[in-house]
This record gives sequence, C-alpha cells and structure tokens, in this order.
Amino acid sequence: MSATMDVEALAAASRRRRTRERILTHVALILGVCLFALPIWITLIGSTHEVDTIGRGDVPLLPGAEAVHNYATAWFRGGGSRNTFQVPASTMLFNSLMMALLIAVGKIAISFLSAFAVVFFAFPGRMIFFWMIFITLMLPVEVRIIPTFQVMTDLSLIDTMTGLTLPLIASATATLLFRQFFLTIPDEYVEAAKMDGAGPLRFLKDVVLPLSVTNLAALFVILFIYGWNQYLWPLLMVTDRSLETVIVGLTKMIGNGDAQNEWNVIMATAVLALLPPVGVVVFMQRWFIKGLTETEK
Amino acid sequence: MRKKVIFRGALLPYLLLVPQMAVTLVFFFWPAGMAVWQSTLRQDAFGLRTEFVAFENFTDLFRDERYLGAVLNTAFFSAAVAGLALGAALFLAVQADKKIRGAGLYKTLLIWPYAVAPALAAVLWLFLFHPSIGLIGRGFTALGITWDYRVNGGQAMAMVILAAAWKQVSYNFIFFLAGLQSIPTSVLEAAAIDGARPMRRFWTVIFPLLSPTAFFLLVVNLVYAFFDTFGVIHALTQGGPGNATETLIYKVYVDGVQNLNLGSSAAQSVVLMVIVIALTAIQFRFIERRVHY
Amino acid sequence: MGDYAVMQRRTLLAGAATLGLAAPALAQAPVEIQFWHGLAQPLGGLLEQRVTAFNASQPRFKVVPTYRGSYPETMVAAIAAFRANSAPHIVQMFEVGTGTMMAAGRAIKPVHELLAETGVQIDFNDYLPGVRGYYSLADGRMMSMPFNSSTAIVWYNKDAFRRAGLDPDRFPTTYQALAEVLAKLKAGGSDVPMSTAWPTWAHVENFSAIHDIPLATKGNGFGGLDTEMRINNPVMLRHMQNLVDWQKAGLFRYGGRTNVGEPAFPKGECAILTTSSGFRARVQREAQFSWGVAMLPYYEGTPRAPLNSIIGGASFWAMTKGPAAGGGRTPDEYRGVAEFFRYISQPEVDAQWHMDTGYVPVRRASYAIARDRGFYRENPGADVPIEQLLRGGGQLTENSRGIRLGGFVEIRTIMEEEMERAFQGQQTAEQVLVNSTTRANQVLRNFERANRG
Repeated sequence: MSATMDVEALAAASRRRRTRERILTHVALILGVCLFALPIWITLIGSTHEVDTIGRGDVPLLPGAEAVHNYATAWFRGGGSRNTFQVPASTMLFNSLMMALLIAVGKIAISFLSAFAVVFFAFPGRMIFFWMIFITLMLPVEVRIIPTFQVMTDLSLIDTMTGLTLPLIASATATLLFRQFFLTIPDEYVEAAKMDGAGPLRFLKDVVLPLSVTNLAALFVILFIYGWNQYLWPLLMVTDRSLETVIVGLTKMIGNGDAQNEWNVIMATAVLALLPPVGVVVFMQRWFIKGLTETEK
Repeated sequence: MRKKVIFRGALLPYLLLVPQMAVTLVFFFWPAGMAVWQSTLRQDAFGLRTEFVAFENFTDLFRDERYLGAVLNTAFFSAAVAGLALGAALFLAVQADKKIRGAGLYKTLLIWPYAVAPALAAVLWLFLFHPSIGLIGRGFTALGITWDYRVNGGQAMAMVILAAAWKQVSYNFIFFLAGLQSIPTSVLEAAAIDGARPMRRFWTVIFPLLSPTAFFLLVVNLVYAFFDTFGVIHALTQGGPGNATETLIYKVYVDGVQNLNLGSSAAQSVVLMVIVIALTAIQFRFIERRVHY
Repeated sequence: MGDYAVMQRRTLLAGAATLGLAAPALAQAPVEIQFWHGLAQPLGGLLEQRVTAFNASQPRFKVVPTYRGSYPETMVAAIAAFRANSAPHIVQMFEVGTGTMMAAGRAIKPVHELLAETGVQIDFNDYLPGVRGYYSLADGRMMSMPFNSSTAIVWYNKDAFRRAGLDPDRFPTTYQALAEVLAKLKAGGSDVPMSTAWPTWAHVENFSAIHDIPLATKGNGFGGLDTEMRINNPVMLRHMQNLVDWQKAGLFRYGGRTNVGEPAFPKGECAILTTSSGFRARVQREAQFSWGVAMLPYYEGTPRAPLNSIIGGASFWAMTKGPAAGGGRTPDEYRGVAEFFRYISQPEVDAQWHMDTGYVPVRRASYAIARDRGFYRENPGADVPIEQLLRGGGQLTENSRGIRLGGFVEIRTIMEEEMERAFQGQQTAEQVLVNSTTRANQVLRNFERANRG
C-alpha cells in the first residue's frame, strides 16, 4: 500500500521535475531570443517614429506612424548627421549587393577551377601551387591592409568596384572546401568518363559541376554574407561616395553620434542593411549551416 | 586519399590555376612582401623620401607604451569577447539540444545575428546605449549612473565587448549544437544510468566530448576578436577615450591611415602576421582537422 | 556621367555665346581643375556655390569640386592619389595638416610660386595677420591659400546666468573670475556649468597663444623641424590643473574630441561651451534660450596676456600630379588654379562667405564690408571672433602666430588621450603635460627624420 503510494509519488515528483525543467529551458531560450532581438526591435521601432521623438530619447516600445516617410527618405535621399553629404540607401544597397555578389561568384569560380586542377591532374609543381594557395588561409586581409591598399594605389584601382572586390577574392577557404569535396568523388566516375572519351573539361561540366550544386549553394550563402559585411576594406578603398557600401555609409551617417542626427532615417537604413544577409540566413538556413560548418576549418 | 585515376594535361591544369594564382600573387604575396620590406623603412607620407632603418621600427614599437597598451587591450578584449560568446552559446546550445517543442524555431531565432556585420551590430547597440537617445543609456542616467561611453574608458570597453560578443554567439551556437547532436545517445544513456546529476553529467561526460569543438571555436573567436571587430570599434569609440579601446588592428589602421606612419604600421602588420601564423599552427598541432594533407 | 556631359556642353555653349568672336574658345573645352574638399553639408554646398560662380565668371577654366569625406579623410585620399600620380589640382586641408603639407616638397606647389609663375596678383597684406601667419613661411611667403577660418570662442547661456543671479551681459574676462562664475552656476542649478569641444584647440593651442607662451620651440615649429614640445610650463599646468579640478568638482565636463561636445550647448545641458566661432548657425537654429558669445578668458597676472587667439579651419593647397619629375601639370592648369584663388580672395566673395557661414572674414576689407552692411548690428557678437583674432593690436608674437608641427594630427590625438586619462582620474594634470611632451616629441623626431633632405 505504502509502497505503491511511494512509487506514484516518485513518478509524480519526477514528472513535476521534468515539467519544471522544460519550463526553465523554454524560459532560458526565450530570454536568449529576446536578448538577440532587443537591439533589432528597438531599431525597427525607431525607424517608424519621428526624428524628434528619438532625439528626445522617448523611444517607445511600439511602432509609430512615420514608417513610410522614413524609409522613403532613406531610400531616395539618404540621411544621417545633418551635416554630411547624403548618399541614398538605394545607391549604397546596390553597391553592397554588387560587392557581395562579385566576391561570392568570383571566389567560387576561381576556387572551383583551381581545386579541379589540383585534384584531377598530375603536373609538375602541383603541390607548390597548392601550398601557395593554402598559405593565404593564414593571413586575413586586415593584417596586410595598408600594403594591400598601396598596391591598389599603384594599380590605380582606388575608387573602383574592381579594387573593392578583387583583393577579397584571394582566399584559400573555398579552394580547400572544393578540394575536400572533389576527393570524395569516386574514382570510378573519372574512369567512366575517360572510357566515354570525355576530356577533363567535359568531365568538369557534366559530372563535377552537377555533383557540386549543394556545396556551391552553401558556399555562396557564406560568401555573400562575408562580402556584404566587409568594413575595413571599403572604408579605405572608397572615397567616392557614389561607391559607398551600406555598412560603411551607415557608420558615416552616425558620425560623432550627435543627438541631432536624423536617427529615424539612420535606423531605417540600418534595417535595410540588415535585411539581405539576415534574409539569406533565415531562408537558406540549411545551406547556410552546411556552408558555415564546412568552410571553417 | 590520392586519386588513382588522373587526367594528363600539359597546359590545361596551369590555365585552370591562372586566375587564382594571379589574384593570390598580386593581392597576397605582393602586399605581404611589401609589408615585410616596408617594416624596415622610414618614409614620409608622400613617398618622396625613403630611408632604410632595419629593425628600428620594431624596436621603437616594443618600447612604445601605447603599443603595449594596445597589446593589453587586445588581450583583455579578446578574452572577454571569446569568453562571453562561448559561454552564452554553450548555454543556449545545451538548452536547444533538449527535446522540447519549438526547437527548430528557437534555432532560427538564435542564428540570425551571424548575418549582422560587426559594424552594424555596434550601431544596433549604440541605439540602446547612446547617452541621450538610447533606452538603456537613459536608464542608467535615470538611476544616477553617469553614463557616457564616449568619455568613460571602462564603459567604452564594456560596450565594444558586448557588441562584438553578441554577434559571435550565433556562430558558436551553431557549432556547439552540431557538436552536441553528434554525441551518440548511448553515451548519454550510460551516463544517466550512472545516476550522476545533470550538471555533473554535463561537465564529466558531455563537455569533454565537446572540447575539440570548444578549442576550435576558441581559436576562431580569438581571430575574430583580433581582426573582424575593427568595425565595432571604429563605429563606436574610434579607439577612445584615451586609448581605452585601441586594439592592435585598430592601431595598424590609425598609424597607417591617419598618422601616415607607414613604416611603423607595416611593422605592426608583420607582428600580427606572426601572431596569426602562430595561432593557426597551434590549431593544426592540437586539433584533428577535417582537412587532411 | 550624362549630367556631366550635358554640363560640359552647356558651359561650352555659354562660352560660345558670350565670346561670339573668340572662335578658339569654341573649339577648346575649358581646362578642368579637380578640387577636393572636406566640408560637409550645409557648408560644402555653400562652398560649391562659390565654385559654380567662379566657373560662370569666365570660360577658360572649369573647377570640379568633389567632397572627399572629413578633413582627415580628404588628406589621406589626396596623399594616396599623389602616390598614384592622380592628385587633384587643389585640395582643402585642415589647419593641423599644414605642417605635413609644408614639408611635402614637390608634392605641393607653394602659392607664392604659383602666383609668380602665372602673374596672378593677390594682395596678402590685407589679410588678417593671424590667418596669413598660419599659412606662410617664416619669411612671409604664402604657402597655401587661406579660406575658411575660425577661432575658438566662448558660448554661454544667458538664461542660466540669470537663474544663477549673474549679469547675463557680462562674461568674465579672466579665468579667476570664471571660477567663481562656475561655482555660482552650479549653485544656481546648472548641472554642467562648462564644457568644451575641440579640447586641445581651445584649451592648449589657443590658450598658449593668448597667454603668449610657446607650445613648442623654434617658434612653434616655424623655425624648423627640430622643434620640441614646451607645453609643460607653469601657466599651462595651472590651467590643466584647474580643468581637472573642475571636472572632479562637477564644474566642468569633458565633452569628447573634435566637435562631439557641441550638442550639449544648444540642448541647454551646459551653461558655457568653448568651441569654434563656426558654431553660430547651429546655435541660431537650435537654441531655445537667449545666448551670448565672448572672448576666451585668460589668467590675470600673466605678462603680455591677453594676446590674439589662433585660427582653425582650412586652406587650399595647390598640388602637383604625382611623384614623377616635373609634377605633371601644364602652365594652363596652374593658371586656372591661380585664377580660382584670386576669385575667392576678392573681399566681396570673402565677406559673403563670412556672413553665410559664420567663418571669420580672412581680409580686413571683407570685415569692413560686413560692418558697413550692418551685419554685426543684426547679429550681435558675430564680430567677437574677429576682434579676438586682432586682440593685442594684431602684432603677432612667435607664440601667437600659429602652429607648424609635423604630424600635428597625431600630436593632437596624443594630447587628447592624455587629457582623457586625467579627466577619468587616472593621472594628474602634470602627468598630462609630461606624457604628452614625451610622446609628441617622439612624433616630431620621427617626422623630422622622415622629412629631412
């Protein structure tokens, strides 16, 4: 009698504990989500209010009525500290988009070809080339930023989209990823292709490329974000404001952080600058995670 | 791993390598070489007068208190960013790994900050912590705390750490979660049968299995804190007040771009190169890597 | 690109229309002069209006203005362009970059040379001595073309003065009297009695000039690159000590570098602010209280004080194209640069710039024009900065002529960093001066070494 009661009580206690644990887990996760969302929520709200509301520091927690006006101002005219030359967000977003696309496509293209050469060909100097590419993995562009800037000066590439993108295309991560993947392609495929009389380029196009689609997509997502989020390089390379990228342009809008800034327009621009990469992460989550976990060493 | 069947080609492989090699040579080897060469020179801003000074830029650097200050700042900043970002991510990953409803949604809501540029993360936090427009900034003032990160070094450091770590949590979260999910359930069950309490179970069984991931993430986070956070600092504090938030990479920029002292800036770049190479080497040495050579 | 082509065609047509007989003018496109400036809006737009007016005033030259970001950014861009053999013809350089530009050798075309070669005349004798001195060699030859100039003055909130029982029309002339005023303001309800923007410009550079004490040896660097910092002197120390003490006592609040501290004044947070005279437009637009301006105070008992203050702002430098021999410019291009300089030097143009922007007039003749038009009657206090620049009879001493230090951008940053440490309570006022001197001397030695021979 008492034994049954004990078992039931124990089971009930354990159930209660599990429920409590589950609730705690949810609370912890919800707190985490809120902490992550808080700054973006404030920004989103701020972008729908009048400049004076924000300037006074009375940021409410609910949206205002100025969204259309603020976003239109940001998009067509640009804003910021009242005393800078304004660049419309549309221009800056276009520049960022071009930069991100060129870097992503460029990196993928040259890495794909070089990895193909290193894996599927035997030729003198193969390992030397591989190591030359590999060593670039060790030095991010930030480390050699000033000399790279000088090289660009010597090549007259300052203030050009080429100058903005080309140096960032030099990287080993994509090449290494493709090499890893190519090594997993069964030898039989190559033999079969050879038997069919297909040359290396046919093999590349008909076999390797179709097999690589998932990898290409994953890499593209990661590299797009990488390109979109560049900061130091465009900061140095661009003095012509029609080439400004949105991340750099945004911090220039803020300037000294003067309370008189057109904060509503700045916040609208911040939201616009966030949307493309965040959208890519959210909507292409599967490829994003694959790309992230595989490009990183 | 070497392929047994391979194409023969005299010219084609070289042609395929040309684009990558060209970009690598021009934008990697040339500048890196130039950095090394320039670190031995003194030059005026306009490049009209050049003098060879051997290692003098380096000896000056190591005697410069401000440089040593930047070293300490970087060490503190990186440790704080890595510690905060890894701790928070591990905690959240453990929660999200539990069998609960809505796990997928939580995951999505926790990974998106990865997409936010460091500079933009700084801007978002500025909207909260700005002394006169920010919700939290004004809250501090209302509580009687003199809050102005533009004047107070400690507050400035706290802010750049927070903004830099916030963004990196997502990244760490993804890896920790992947790590947790790859632990075989049999291991967990065995540990549960042992009757160890959950906390103890975590530290004695699960964490050791995660440690390769944690170590890998530590290195990645340090590299992130060293270089990618330039935008955070530039957008928020410009290294100030005083030199309170000046890190090594920020100083490379200030000396090279604002102070036009190319020799010293190049010497600092060389020092950074050595640090990164050392970090990468450590990583190679101690981690079983997925890339085999 | 399209607009640009249309504009060029329009200029051509305009040229053809006015010079109906001058056939060659029709065949020849105007000589283009690239002009990079660092003035943000609305000042940048006002500057570009002057450029448009110059282009419309004659057919031979067309100045093309481009905004290149802040002053430091413009400087970096111009230097990078020079190294890439594509420097602009004219670059606007802030006053702290003067020392660096002076030592730039063949990267620049000194104005006195430019005028001599092109035969264009500009009467620099009419320029305010403080302006002329800043941009000329020790022997008086002009190196760059003065343009937008300002000086540091006091802005104060008259309502706050009234609330504290102080006479709103009398601002103390000495720091001794100011100390009492600060205490009364505090007692009268001002949370922040005083703050400052441009901390070193107002409280070290201008302070030294007004008190006739050297900032550095060799006449503040005018006499050569082998100059050394001299800010560690009793007068400077007294002031620094006061600022640090006032900060601790809540009488003064350090407001950050550059003009970060400015908004506190129009918002009514601080009762007194020291900053540029160019702050006027913004105060007029935003301040919801009655305000006044005054000259920077001085320490009574300092021999020869108060002298004139020194200028800030920027000047225009003529640049060669790149490092290659000969500089890569045609006589025609230099002629265009000289003509543009002559145009902006006209008293009428200068006076209008002064009245539109709040910068000081750089010529006595322009000052007279503004006065004759009743500008100072309508805008009380708008002549305070000019009078302050002429204080002491306009006779400049070695210490009040200006500052000519290489790497001055960096030196200013160093002084600001050291001051910030003291204001946070991490070091004493004396350490500010000692540490700044040591660190700035290192910069001076590096600059001397990189630029000798």
